[in-house]
Amino acid sequence: MAESGVTDGLGNTEDIERSKTEGKQLTKEEKQRLRKEKKQQKKNKEKSDENASHEGEKKKKKKKEEKPVGSASQPPAQPSPKVPAPPAAAVPVPASEAPAPADKPAKSKADLKAERRARQEAERASKGKKGDVGQPAPTGKLKAPPSELQPVVKRLPEHVQVDDGIKTPGCNAAENVKIPLRSDYGYKVSLFSHLHQYSRKAPLTQQLGIPSTVIHPAIVRLGLQYSHGIVAGSNARSVALLHAFKQVIRDYTTPPNEELSRDLVKKLESYINFLHQCRPVSASMGNAIKYIKKEISNIPSQCKEEEAKLKLLSCIERYINENIILAAKAIAKYSIEKISDGDVILVYGCSSLVNHILCEAFEKNRKFRVIVVDSRPRLEGREALRRLVQKGISCTYVLISAVSYILPEVSKVFLGAHALLANGYVMSRVGTSQIALVAKAFNVPVLVCCETYKFCERVQTDSFVSNELDDPDDLIVTRKGQTQLEHWQEVPSLGLLNLVYDVTPPDFVDLVITDLGMIPCTSVPVVLRVKNMDQ
Amino acid sequence: MNTEELVEYFRAQMRTDPDMASAVAAIRTLLEFLKRDKGETIQGLRENLKGATDCLTGVDSSVAVSSGGELFLRFISLTSLEHEDLSRCKKVMEERGELFLEKISMSRTKVAKLCHTFIKDGAKILTHSYSRVVLRVLEKAAAEKKRFSVYVTESQPDSAGRQMADAVRNLKVPVIVVLDAAVGYVLEKVDLVIVGAEGVVESGGIINKIGTYQTAVCSKAHNKPFYVVAESFKFVRLYPLNQQDVPDRFKVSIFPPGALLSLCFLYELFSPQYKADTLRNMSNLSEEHPMIDYTPPSLITLLFTDLGVLTPSAVSDELIKLYL
Repeated sequence: MAESGVTDGLGNTEDIERSKTEGKQLTKEEKQRLRKEKKQQKKNKEKSDENASHEGEKKKKKKKEEKPVGSASQPPAQPSPKVPAPPAAAVPVPASEAPAPADKPAKSKADLKAERRARQEAERASKGKKGDVGQPAPTGKLKAPPSELQPVVKRLPEHVQVDDGIKTPGCNAAENVKIPLRSDYGYKVSLFSHLHQYSRKAPLTQQLGIPSTVIHPAIVRLGLQYSHGIVAGSNARSVALLHAFKQVIRDYTTPPNEELSRDLVKKLESYINFLHQCRPVSASMGNAIKYIKKEISNIPSQCKEEEAKLKLLSCIERYINENIILAAKAIAKYSIEKISDGDVILVYGCSSLVNHILCEAFEKNRKFRVIVVDSRPRLEGREALRRLVQKGISCTYVLISAVSYILPEVSKVFLGAHALLANGYVMSRVGTSQIALVAKAFNVPVLVCCETYKFCERVQTDSFVSNELDDPDDLIVTRKGQTQLEHWQEVPSLGLLNLVYDVTPPDFVDLVITDLGMIPCTSVPVVLRVKNMDQ
Repeated sequence: MNTEELVEYFRAQMRTDPDMASAVAAIRTLLEFLKRDKGETIQGLRENLKGATDCLTGVDSSVAVSSGGELFLRFISLTSLEHEDLSRCKKVMEERGELFLEKISMSRTKVAKLCHTFIKDGAKILTHSYSRVVLRVLEKAAAEKKRFSVYVTESQPDSAGRQMADAVRNLKVPVIVVLDAAVGYVLEKVDLVIVGAEGVVESGGIINKIGTYQTAVCSKAHNKPFYVVAESFKFVRLYPLNQQDVPDRFKVSIFPPGALLSLCFLYELFSPQYKADTLRNMSNLSEEHPMIDYTPPSLITLLFTDLGVLTPSAVSDELIKLYL
């Protein structure tokens, strides 16, 4: 593994960027605090040795990423207490212990701000911690909490401050999992500047040092698979996540004086943070995680470890079976009623559920043909095309630019969904809303197929507020030996936008087929209510 | 109680009370069937009831009969059937059945009570074909001393609209019969449109006499409110995407008229094309003319049911509550 060697230079550019965006936030109180710290730091100059400053820089940079990650992961309803709740200003974080600001030799304005931020981060992260150990001194894009001055600023020895990433609250120092933060890559379009844009060529695992990784290898492998797109698709990601968690549970042993129910949850939270860094957690994964955490916390304390582990493993098995495998069967059963002979069905991209439905219908001897619509840069339609043609279904393949040409021939549109939001909007692969819109204009019924475990309580009316930005280099293509966009980074006004998801309003969707039956798009909150009652 | 007795009892019920909805008659028949059933197990009882419902649907294939039958079955079994003695269980089920019947007999009154307030003084109402629920609403409004006038579409091919006009005339309300094709023409003068429904589907749309869809589209174009009045036992677990998606067995439904005269008229003179067993004989339904059509929820303003005044998207909520 490479040593944790993020360069100073990179850290400095981040500092400057941050200071530009947050220069206005230095209030009087913060200035006072900074003055106090200066005094403290002079005292602790002896303690600063080793690569403290390096750690500080790296921490700062990563904390910056960590903050918006936190806010982005909040919507997928992760109840992780670790994730800082309000993205907006003025969050008074009552810290029970003193924060430990970074030890910075240079006292430039940017560095002072960095320290301030570091302290806020420390306060936030140390919420609920037992002892004042291992205070992180990272910085983030936090605005200053206005009135949380610490009367005593305790300084910690530098070697204890070695923390270069997100901290999980409630853990003691020995278990702190240090998850490095990924850096943003390239110029981000201003409308999406609140989202992260990572490069696939810089995976998170390069920054994990061998001794510092307390992340289970199955999770590391999973994270890499996510970030490289080896495991893609909502169902596939959830199933892979659950299998990795099963491995984690199998290898888990409760440390002495700890309860399995609490300790395992903490561990899982740190893994989830890691995975979120590799690729933002999807809604279905979020729901699965919620379920597992609930199951773990419901384990009675007198239960023996082996028993508890077996119980958890069987819970996960059952969850996968009920919500994914059996749900697919139920949905296929309902969908077959809607597929009649002579139908021309349009599908977009590669949805595992829609492919399953079409294969089942074909096996039940329905006569239909399929039009597969595809789009760059992922070109997932080719995978769907491959699967359908293998079964013997007659298919046509078009790109999304030809969709208004082909729609007069189409009798139904089947779409998959990444998540169904509580106000009835469908979140799916980018391009889905376009297809739904054109289908509506041609009066072609649009059917969305979605399992109920993908329903989430989030509400969103546009695709900007929460989305995922993929590697912009994916948009670069070489044709006839020429790569036009090769040097896009050098053009200052050019930004490449590779969106992953978009939301479709419920007016364009005629029917949602779930494992509970066929419902209109507006009935999603009813299903959520029914499911909550069942639990 | 075998098939013939069942059908005969059903027909008798329809004859004795022409004002009764066919679904109510079906439920009465099912209750009688339950009382006379000599099954030994609850499972067997349930199977027999299902068979009886199918049989009745074969006689009168309106949406309401099948939905009413299913709801009846659900309602009576939605109780603790933990007694060891089968006869005790049966008694419980019968009591529940009577309760259900009582509830739905009151449903039309409830609907009328909810809807008549939407008819303001001086209103001009357009309605389509013959619906006893709409008649009840108009009765209630007239009883409240409101002054309004009614346009009724003729509603071919069975001219049920004329029957409606006669009934409304009896209420001393001015009524005019218009051609089906004149709906767009008349809508300028009209303030609101009220129609009944044969079935209310999961999406919030309705299945009703042919011509309802046209009326709905025209009223949307004119921005006039389009109200539907229906009892809750007409809620059915269908989800049509478009007109073609409505199952064929409903398309050839006999539209149950009120007066005995029209009943005979329909059966004897008009029958060959519109009887329920047409399906079994005819193979090419594209030459048939459907008696019903589907109106999508986007065209409906409000639904008045005995469960309350609902928007089309709330229908799914109610259905989930009823069926899940």
